[in-house]
Amino acid sequence: MKLAVAELNSFYGQAHILFDVGLEVGAGEVVALLGRNGAGKSTTFRSIVGLVAQRSGRIVFEGEDVSARPTHAIVRAGLGYVPEERRIFTELTVDENLEVGRQPPRRNAPHWTPDKLFTLFPNLGEMRRRNGGHMSGGEQQMLTIARTLMGNPSLILLDEPSEGLSPKIVEQMANAILTMKREGVSILVSEQNLHFARLISDRAYIIERGRVRFSGSIAELDARPDIRDSFLAV
Amino acid sequence: MSFYVVQFLTGLASAASLFLVASGLSIIFGVTRIVNFAHGAFYMLGAYMAFTLTERLSGTVGFWGGIVLAALAVAAVGAAVEMILLRRIYKSPELFQLLATFGLTLMVEDLVVILWGPDDLLGRRAPGFRGAIDVFGQNLPSYDLFLIVIGPVVLGALWLLFHRTRWGVLVRAATQDRDMVAALGVNQKWLFTSVFAAGVFLAALGGALQIPRDAVNHTMDLRIIVDVFVVVVIGGLGSITGAFAAAVLVSELNAFGILVFPKISIILVFLVMAAVLIVRPWGLFGKAETAPRRTPGSAVRPWRPLTFAERVAVALVFAAAASLPLFGGNYAISVATEIVIFALFAASLHFLMSAGGLASFGHAAYFGLGSYGVALLAKLAGAPMLVCLLAGPLLGLAGAVVFGFFAVRLSGVYFAMLTLAFAQIAWSVAFQWVEVTGGDNGLLGIWPARLVATPARFYWLSLAISAALVVALRVMVFSPFGYALRATRDSALRGEAIGIDGKRVQWIAFVIAGTIAAVAGALFAYLKGSVFPDSLGISLSVDGLVMVLLGGVETVSGAIVGAIVYKALNIWLVSQTELSKLVLGGLIIVLVVAFPRGIVGMAELVVDRLRRRAQLSASPPSAALAQDIESAK
Ligand SMILES: Nc1ncnc2c1ncn2[C@@H]1O[C@H](COP(=O)(O)OP(=O)(O)OP(=O)(O)O)[C@@H](O)[C@H]1O
Ligand SMILES: [Mg+2]
Repeated sequence: MKLAVAELNSFYGQAHILFDVGLEVGAGEVVALLGRNGAGKSTTFRSIVGLVAQRSGRIVFEGEDVSARPTHAIVRAGLGYVPEERRIFTELTVDENLEVGRQPPRRNAPHWTPDKLFTLFPNLGEMRRRNGGHMSGGEQQMLTIARTLMGNPSLILLDEPSEGLSPKIVEQMANAILTMKREGVSILVSEQNLHFARLISDRAYIIERGRVRFSGSIAELDARPDIRDSFLAV
Repeated sequence: MSFYVVQFLTGLASAASLFLVASGLSIIFGVTRIVNFAHGAFYMLGAYMAFTLTERLSGTVGFWGGIVLAALAVAAVGAAVEMILLRRIYKSPELFQLLATFGLTLMVEDLVVILWGPDDLLGRRAPGFRGAIDVFGQNLPSYDLFLIVIGPVVLGALWLLFHRTRWGVLVRAATQDRDMVAALGVNQKWLFTSVFAAGVFLAALGGALQIPRDAVNHTMDLRIIVDVFVVVVIGGLGSITGAFAAAVLVSELNAFGILVFPKISIILVFLVMAAVLIVRPWGLFGKAETAPRRTPGSAVRPWRPLTFAERVAVALVFAAAASLPLFGGNYAISVATEIVIFALFAASLHFLMSAGGLASFGHAAYFGLGSYGVALLAKLAGAPMLVCLLAGPLLGLAGAVVFGFFAVRLSGVYFAMLTLAFAQIAWSVAFQWVEVTGGDNGLLGIWPARLVATPARFYWLSLAISAALVVALRVMVFSPFGYALRATRDSALRGEAIGIDGKRVQWIAFVIAGTIAAVAGALFAYLKGSVFPDSLGISLSVDGLVMVLLGGVETVSGAIVGAIVYKALNIWLVSQTELSKLVLGGLIIVLVVAFPRGIVGMAELVVDRLRRRAQLSASPPSAALAQDIESAK
């Protein structure tokens, strides 16, 4: 098992947001975490990488419990994180953004270089010296993924990569994710868009109001329209 | 003509050190969001270290090696300070960070006197730059030429560092979004430590490079830090280019200010700073802070009218205070008078800080202007005491009107730096304008009218005035004006939405607080019978802040309790030890790190806990809950 999360409970101040969330990602798998707005997808991701201060539970990554480690140490262990808000460094160029993400190569993960990333995201290769602030939303989304890949993660958390993108860019994004999978990166991706999730994932979890309500393959999910209708916006 | 050229070149040479220190401050602020008051202290340490090392190491290599080694050694000290002190206060409010680093400054001031003695030290001349060169018939030290070159060279080196090295790219990224940098696997702790060390290195290098030019002494820290604050306010905090441009501008203004206003050269800098602030409040090269940071006082709302029992208690305390002369001796009475006056001063600052959310680092300016107002009226116009007491504080009011107009345009650290710079300008005028203010010798022989000439009577007068004004401040907090002020503090935008002109309200509050501080200053002039520039100085401003902090910023009686404890402690400390700054600085740091709530805040916390525990054990849970709901209302 690449990543195993168990009994994850998270709080923002007094508000209890996640209730005993548990999920697993196997090596080489693409797993979707589905749920409506406010269901707790981003909070789950932020909790896994230690960006939510108040959390309890087990987060076992490659056989080690990383829940007590600071964010940078979790990420350095090979667990990459792509935030929903993108948060690229707008004052830095594309090349410099990639440099911030750079980490030494890892034995059990593909090694990414800027050139390799520019074949994955050709748009970026044409604007290496452009400031992050002067890029379109889709380009920024590609940059934020490329930047995380520079850390050579063996598993990557992608928070709503298709959000707010045009259909053409969404298709490019799906291809890029499948290429990452082929290279050997395990992926946990959060989505509201079931069609997009279906294109890329092997399995899915559904989260609603901070609780996991469904777990199974995409085929199993398709066989249960009731679940889909009650927990996902269609 | 040639004279002006030389004057211009001298100005450029002075800009070098100023730029080094200011750019260090900016780099540190960019990443850690801390305005490092101790930057002047590191500059001074750099100069002392360089003095010692260049004396020990001989020859050309020894000299330049000594300069660089000195800066490296101080940078190592800086790294230790970051790890021991700053890591504990990154999440504290800005005011606390400024105060803690100021406490550090105080400690360093005493430490250099212990290590190097109190006298000015004259450093070695730089090998190869001992002579002077001829500029259109005027002499210019060749070392000045070296400094003129150093400024742009360092600017270029910094640019390369930030654009061509991984460390530099990480620092720039962290300046924009530190958490994202951590989420990409960068250990922020070491990034912060290295950034702090780099900034300190620049400050220390600036100090070390001054030794062939200026004597080294233990007051150079405050002189440079005020100039540096002016530079970053003009240039924009966080911008290195801005630091360079503003350092040149300020140095030239200083160089030519002497020609325009020989007596009060600092005026020119003030005028330019004022102009910049009107046109670009965030400085020439700065960017507006998107989300203004929390100012102390905004988190809680301790303001409620006193209950009947509390009023009775206040009346009893007042009666007890008033009865002091019946059993105390003259010394006790004069100490008590001083405490009462400072309680009024602290209360006026507390009003500004808690109800206004504006932490002024230069509140002494208005206290001192009140003192000078009285002294000038009494000495120059020979006015009687009643007239002096009524009209003298108007000088403080006028100062608060002018300075406040600019200050309230800024918030947070900018506000703090600007108020400090204004106070220092007022101090410089008092210090330089000898014909009127007597300069360093002060104005002497200001005696109270016969009616209140005994210590006891003057004590009662001070107590009555102070008590009345403290009550007036309280009343003001609960007036519609006070409501508007607190609404602006909590959210300027929301206040504006309901028709409150936030800047105007803050300006009025600034003037009120300044005027009341001026009244305290007026009383102080009569208590001491004299006025000196110190009454406008940074240390008095900081004393006020420490009083408020010691008592508890977010409490009602904090300022008064803090003033009493602090003043008593201070008077005792000065009588006991030579190293009062070391102890005081240490005290400030301990307060900020360990007891940020202050005395009253801690007491309230303890009482609250005890009460809760008593309730929980004495009553069934539902009753305790009801009590909780009651107290929450
Ligand atoms: N910083 C925060 N402070 C307090 N509550 C928060 C915070 N961030 C999120 N929440 C709350 O936590 C819950 C889960 O939010 P989360 O962002 O994890 O949802 P999400 O599934 O990612 O939704 P979306 O699809 O809109 O991104 C929501 O009710 C949200 O209001
Ligand atoms: Mg989300």
